[in-house]
Parts: sequence; structure tokens; C-alpha cells
Amino acid sequence: MNALKGLQGRAAVLSLLILATLVVLWHASTAPRAPGVGASAPAVTLTAEQIEYAKLMGKDPATMAAGGSGEAKKSGGFPTPLQMGQAIVSNLANPFYDNGPNDKGIGIQLAHSLGRVALGFLIAALVAIPLGFLIGMSPLLYKALDPFIQVLKPISPLAWMPLALYTIKDSSISGIFVIFICSVWPMLINTAFGVAGVRRDWLNVAKTLEVSPLRKAFLVILPAAAPTILTGMRISMGIAWLVIVAAEMLVGGTGVGYFVWNEWNNLALTNVIFAILLIGVVGMLLDLVFAQAQKAVTYVD
Amino acid sequence: MSDKPFLQIENLAKTYPGSSEPVFDQVNFGINKGEFVCIIGHSGCGKTTILNVLAGLEQASGGTVIMDNREVSGPSLERGVVFQSHALMPWLTVRSNVAFAVRSKWPDWSASQVNAQVEKYVSLVGLMHAIDKKPSQLSGGMKQRVGIARAFAIEPKMLLLDEPFGALDALTRGTIQDELLKICAATQQTVFMITHDVDEAILLADKILLMSNGPIARVAEVVCNTLPRSRQRASLHHEPGFYALRNHLVDFLVSRSKDLSGGRGPAHPPQVRPAEAAQAEAARTEAAAAARGVAPAAAQPLSANNTTAGEISSTTAASVVAPLLQRVA
Repeated sequence: MNALKGLQGRAAVLSLLILATLVVLWHASTAPRAPGVGASAPAVTLTAEQIEYAKLMGKDPATMAAGGSGEAKKSGGFPTPLQMGQAIVSNLANPFYDNGPNDKGIGIQLAHSLGRVALGFLIAALVAIPLGFLIGMSPLLYKALDPFIQVLKPISPLAWMPLALYTIKDSSISGIFVIFICSVWPMLINTAFGVAGVRRDWLNVAKTLEVSPLRKAFLVILPAAAPTILTGMRISMGIAWLVIVAAEMLVGGTGVGYFVWNEWNNLALTNVIFAILLIGVVGMLLDLVFAQAQKAVTYVD
Repeated sequence: MSDKPFLQIENLAKTYPGSSEPVFDQVNFGINKGEFVCIIGHSGCGKTTILNVLAGLEQASGGTVIMDNREVSGPSLERGVVFQSHALMPWLTVRSNVAFAVRSKWPDWSASQVNAQVEKYVSLVGLMHAIDKKPSQLSGGMKQRVGIARAFAIEPKMLLLDEPFGALDALTRGTIQDELLKICAATQQTVFMITHDVDEAILLADKILLMSNGPIARVAEVVCNTLPRSRQRASLHHEPGFYALRNHLVDFLVSRSKDLSGGRGPAHPPQVRPAEAAQAEAARTEAAAAARGVAPAAAQPLSANNTTAGEISSTTAASVVAPLLQRVA
């Protein structure tokens, strides 16, 4: 009872209420209005393939058979909350099945996307953080590289895709390249900004103590700039997760973006919605990881 | 005094780029080993620049600094610096902040050696109870104490203090001044310190350098503090000669620093001992009193009685001028 009195508790209750309202509204607007219409149609016997396809779509073949042709029913409308719930359960029940290139479990797809994001992000960090250090420490380099950064930064990462496909000639690596190019800028700029903003006093302390450049970089500048650098990494990760879906839609093959596109081609809206929710949840978890890391390096002055 | 002082500054000058006039030039003075030297002057006369040149953080535009027969041309572990804004690293605990300095000086030391050195100096400033706290959990005075411990922990040949108590309240300042006095007496540390506080300079310094106003400021006078070295903050103002010394310093800051500005100050500052006459006078009276058979215990009220009318009026003048000065600073 006490938990409900706090701000957290009240906010949670309100969130649940909003969710419930949304689900009710959703249900009300998607529930079949005339239950008699479908039932009156003559029952159709489904072939074995059709039954399996219907199962894969997360639908009960028996009701589909009763309700006329499966195709007609599927394109008939937006899924109800109940159908959504069934789709979520069935997708999560077996996330790692692999039935060939066009039919993989959501877990496998997600792993592919996360792997690409992790690799692209890691390469971006390896390039951006040392380069940002140099730019932050050298006003000359900062001024010299600034025009390039300012021109390259606002380019949509997907605009690089044709160029990447042409030069790299591998769709999967091209996806990683796109992730790299979109995550590099926030990290680069934030690192440079954080390093340039390290307080003079701390640098003077390091100077009077004759601290070696490497020791200074790791023990003074890095911890001092770490909160700013991590903010850049957090922004980069957010953008990378946005971009990976679009990139995978373009290049196809695997990944959660491809899953969305494939299910759209299958007209399986429940799976599309499921993937959308999943993308949101995973994005939130990624952000949470970086928020925790940020908390760990933040210092009170 | 005939041989070369430990630190010798010759014809030091600094002109900032884009400025036609130097902030200061022809600055000459020396500091002997174990001496505590304070420098006083109005804002903008280049005190901090001089200290930064000594620390090696800034380049002078002319002149030389020679310490221990070697020219100072960059930062060095031989000179410890206490910064005005304490400059502790907020992500490190007190222990790690001091250990960072100790490891810089002795990279080959084992962890236990480093820790012993850290604890020695942290306990010297009375902060053992807070050694594992972060600077954000400490008060301003405690932070400055850590800054002092960090500077002392590397056992430098010379300590440079850039107005270390400027941001502290009067009570805290007094306590830390006493601590600093004690540590310096124990370690025979050579110290160069910037201050705006005349009383602080009299309490701490053996020599007080008076700087005229900038631009083209100079060290215009070297005032020797002849008051006995075992000074106590509580009784300092009862010392014979205290007011003579204090008035001399205040007079300089109020009027003479202006008259000696713009390059009118001497290149080689004269040494003066303003307290000496009053001290000699007090000694004479005391001797006379002793001769008359008065117990030496009565010396203190006697010297208080001896305060002349002129001194009293100058005291009040000083207390009027002091807040004025603080505003100027």
C-alpha cells in the first residue's frame, strides 16, 4: 500500500491504466462486428501446406477453415489484442527455430541485428574515441577536421548504402558499415568536446607532477571526459538501433528489420507489430545499459 | 646571505600577446632555503603569472629563474603547487588523489609504500577520518587541506601556493594557517605564497614581497618580518612591532603601490624592517622595567600600555582600510 503512495507507485498505476485503456480501445476498434457473417460461409477444407502456413502466421487453422479462405480473413483487418497476444506467445515460445532463409525465429533475427550493431558500434568507438581525443587536444586538428565533420555528419546513413554495396559488394558488411558511419559522429564530437573541456586545473596538476602523456590521457583526461564520451556513445547507440532496422529492410537476408519487411510481404500484421514492440523493448534495454554505464563514470564536482 | 639564494629570479618580465606594455618587468628577488615568502599586490600586477612561471606552467617573456643552480624552464616535481581552486580530481577519493601525486614522483614504489606516504601526509593535515571520501563530500577547507597534503606528499624542494585560502571563511582559514605554519616549521619547507591578506602574510611569512600596480609592475620592496618565528595567531597582534609592520604593508597597498606603478618601481627592491624600531623600543622598556624590579610576567600589559597614541590611531585606520582593501582585491 505504501508503494502506491510514492510518486513511483502512482506513476506505475497511471502507466498501467493508460495501457489498459489503449488495449480496450484497440480491442473495441478491431473486434469483429458481425460474428454471423464469416460463420455463414461454407467451410473450406485446407491443404496440409495451408494449415502449416496458417499455423506459422499464428492463426488457428480450424477457425480459418470455418471462416472462409485464410487469405481473405488475413487481409480482412487489423489484428485484435487477443491475436496479438497469441502471436507474441508463439514467437517467444520458439525464438530460435531456423526453417531456411525466409523463416527464422525472432531470436535468430534479433541476434543478427544485435551482432551487426555491436560490430559497427565497436569499430566506430575504436575510430571515434582516439580521433576525438586528438581533435580535442589539438585546436589545429579541430579546426582542420571541422569542415569534414560538419559536412559528413548530417548525411543520412542510408544514403551511404549504395556506395557501400558497390564498393564492399557484401550486403551484411554494408549494413555494418552503415552502422559504423551513423554511430561515429556523435561519439567523435562528444569525445572531442569532452576532452577539450577538461578543466585547466587538472591538466596543470598533471603538468606540475610531470605525468607522462599516456598516463595523463588515461588517468586524467579519460575520467574527466568520460561522462561526455558516454553521452556520445549513448546517442550513437540510439541512432544505430534506429538505422539497423532500415538498413536490414534494404539489404535483406537476416535481422529484425528484414523480419519486419518479410512479415509485411506475408501480410502477417501481428508479426509486424510484435517486431515493432520488440525493437522498442530492445532499444530501451540498450539505452538502459548505457545509462547505467554513464551513471558509473559520472562524478560530482 | 652573501652566497646565492636557493631561488634566484632575475629581470623577469611578462608581456601577454596583443599587449603593448608588459604586465611586469625587471622583477628581481631571491628566496633562501627554508624561507617562507609571501607576495602581496593588487589584482592584475602579475602575482599569479610569477607563480606560474616558477611552477613552469607559463613562459616568461624575459628574465631567468634559477633554482638550486639550475634554470627553471618547465614544470617539475621539485616544485609542488597548491592551486587556489584546490584542483582535486573529483572522481578520485582523497587517498587516490594524494596517491596519484606520490606515484608520479616515485613510480617504482610498491602499493604499501605509496599508501604509507599518503597516510603520513593526510594525517599531517588531520584528514585521516575522511581519507576514503570523494572531494564532493568534503567542505571547502577540507578540500584545500587535501590540496596541501598532495603538494607536501611529493616532498618538493619548494612549495608554491596560489592564494590557497582565498575562498575560505575566516575561521577555517585561521585553522589551516596554523596547520600550515606547523607543517612548514616541521619540514623546513621553502614556500612561495600569494596572498591578499596582510595579516596572513605577517603570520606566515619571513619575507613579504610588495608588488606595485600593473601594468609594468615590479617587486618594489622586500619587507623582512622580524617578529619572532614562533608566532601565534591569537597573540600575534600583541607582539611589539606588529602594528608598525602592518601599517607599513597597508600604507604600501593603499597609496605607494599606485605611485610605484607604470615602471616607477625600483628594479632591485630595497629590504626594509619596519617592525624593528618598535621591537627595539619594546626591548628597551622591558629591560628598563626589569631593572626597576618589575616581574617579567607583567611584560605583556606593559607593552600594551606602551602603545603610543599614534599607533592606536593607525590601528583604527588599518581596520577602516582593511575592508576597503578587500573590496579592491
